[in-house]
Amino acid sequence: MAFVEVRGLVKTFTRRQSPWGRTQVVRAVDRVSFTVAEGETFGLVGESGSGKTTTGRCMLRLIEPTSGSFALRGEEVFGLPARQLRALRRDMQMVFQDPDSSLNPRMHAGAIVEEALIVHGLGTRAERRDRVRELFGLVGLDASQLDRHPHEFSGGQRQRIGLARALALRPGFLIADEPVSALDVSIQAQIINLFMELQQQLALTLLFVAHDLRLVRHICTRVAVMYRGRIVEMGSTDAIFREPAHPYTRALLSAVPDPDPSTRRARVAFDPAAVDLAAPLRDVEPDHAAAI
Amino acid sequence: MDEKAPALLDVRDLTTEFVTTRGGASRPVRAVDGVSLHIRRGETLGLVGESGSGKSVMALSIIRLVPFPGRITGGSVVFEGRDLASLHEGELRHIRGARIGFVFQEPMTALNPVFTVGDQIAEALVVHRVARGAAARARAIELLDAVRMPDPSRRARDYPHQLSGGMRQRALVAAAIACQPSLLIADEPTTALDVTIQAEILDLLAAMRDRIGLSLLLITHDLGVVARLADRVAVMYAGRVVEEGTVHDVLASPQHPYTRGLLASLPGATPGSRLRAIPGTVPDLAALPPGCAFAPRCGERLGACDARRPEAITVSPGHSARCFLHGGTA
Repeated sequence: MAFVEVRGLVKTFTRRQSPWGRTQVVRAVDRVSFTVAEGETFGLVGESGSGKTTTGRCMLRLIEPTSGSFALRGEEVFGLPARQLRALRRDMQMVFQDPDSSLNPRMHAGAIVEEALIVHGLGTRAERRDRVRELFGLVGLDASQLDRHPHEFSGGQRQRIGLARALALRPGFLIADEPVSALDVSIQAQIINLFMELQQQLALTLLFVAHDLRLVRHICTRVAVMYRGRIVEMGSTDAIFREPAHPYTRALLSAVPDPDPSTRRARVAFDPAAVDLAAPLRDVEPDHAAAI
Repeated sequence: MDEKAPALLDVRDLTTEFVTTRGGASRPVRAVDGVSLHIRRGETLGLVGESGSGKSVMALSIIRLVPFPGRITGGSVVFEGRDLASLHEGELRHIRGARIGFVFQEPMTALNPVFTVGDQIAEALVVHRVARGAAARARAIELLDAVRMPDPSRRARDYPHQLSGGMRQRALVAAAIACQPSLLIADEPTTALDVTIQAEILDLLAAMRDRIGLSLLLITHDLGVVARLADRVAVMYAGRVVEEGTVHDVLASPQHPYTRGLLASLPGATPGSRLRAIPGTVPDLAALPPGCAFAPRCGERLGACDARRPEAITVSPGHSARCFLHGGTA
């Protein structure tokens, strides 16, 4: 039994081109299946509109999936009534992309981190305060900053607050949705290091949703590449970056600008018409499958 | 490129200040602090920096469009042999958009939502008296074709919201080159785009540069984008250029600890290893240290770094760094 097991996840949205237009059904996530082993960092990569963020949000049921299943430690998450879902949420948390919009500007940093403990009725007031201090230390924030508001912190520090909040309930599974893409280059590395340290220290299982392939290659052991709602390639990071099999993955990898001036690679053009979206994933080598 | 030819754009000691009121006292903050740079014809200069480095204010200062309460307080900008500071607003308007084109980061806010894309490109031609009426509209379609917009005559009749992000950025490039400028200023032109679209737009800018002999000032935070497109690069930190040189010199043998730190902090070398992050945070321009602005984060700081601000020192021909490691401490 895998620690995280997603099977046939589908999320459809309906939309109209105009108020009097016909309703269209858009499949944002289309029969997505993957597993993540305990303690692993799994990367979900793709461009905007690929469905990677929607997949993460459906898993935590921040939005309701249309169909499919998701089991965490063997326990089914989809279809759980609200009460049991809340209990299970202690074990799965999320870090969002934009700390500016995901932290309440009116609350103190300490209160933001403490809130989840209150909601779940954990600990006495003194115990909660100790736990918040401990969490601040864990993410590299100074306990003297507990009473400050989010705007008094830098972008990198705000993302540390978001991480402390996510870790407050000691989850085993963390989804990080583009956690560093809003940060300056020199700050990104600090936060990535923090993620790697905490993952080791707390034995976290991490689903890392990102568009930055350099980053994904650095921290993920396995990767799934999403394109138009489907996983088109999946396997060990090493195999996929060494020998991408799907034309979209090839184009994506070749498009990443490389700061090494001696390696001006040829870019692989991508023809969307040449992709068979109905093709199922098939193994190209052990732990490496592509929809070709 | 002719090394001896006079520069197309020659910026000397440009300084732009913003007056901020914090804690009751108002004081000027230097967003651009004595920046000098030049661009030759057909050349691409990459201007690299993080948030607050002053790179975007630098671009606006060149074309004298600094938003209130910002003010250019010193230096000169000579473009095509004319000092832009000596020109009045009417003359400047003939340069902006006609001789110097711009492409900004957010294609949605740079385009007017209530006019078609074709009309907006044609408007640039009409304003600068290049063409009028049907001729301007026909030229707009040609320009959309030149930037490889699919189905240009149909897209010319579309409104901005009907286009994808990549197509909008293509439309902006078309409008920017409509009057055949000699310089194009592109401020984070691909930051809001997906990586495959980004690569297409970078290829497009390179093609335009080569085909119509355009010079390019490319402002970005991404060293990879610079490596792909630029000939030379200037690295900005806290309002100053801390390192400048050819792309090869700067990226292959960086001489300023900040540039070295930026390159070292990028993921890539050894997967799973600890990244070599630059400690600390991007500095607050209102509270800069008296010495080198990078000193508090620098692992190689010397005694002089906290006392004085380093001058630019030529490390090798065409490659300079503003750092005491290369001398100037005496």
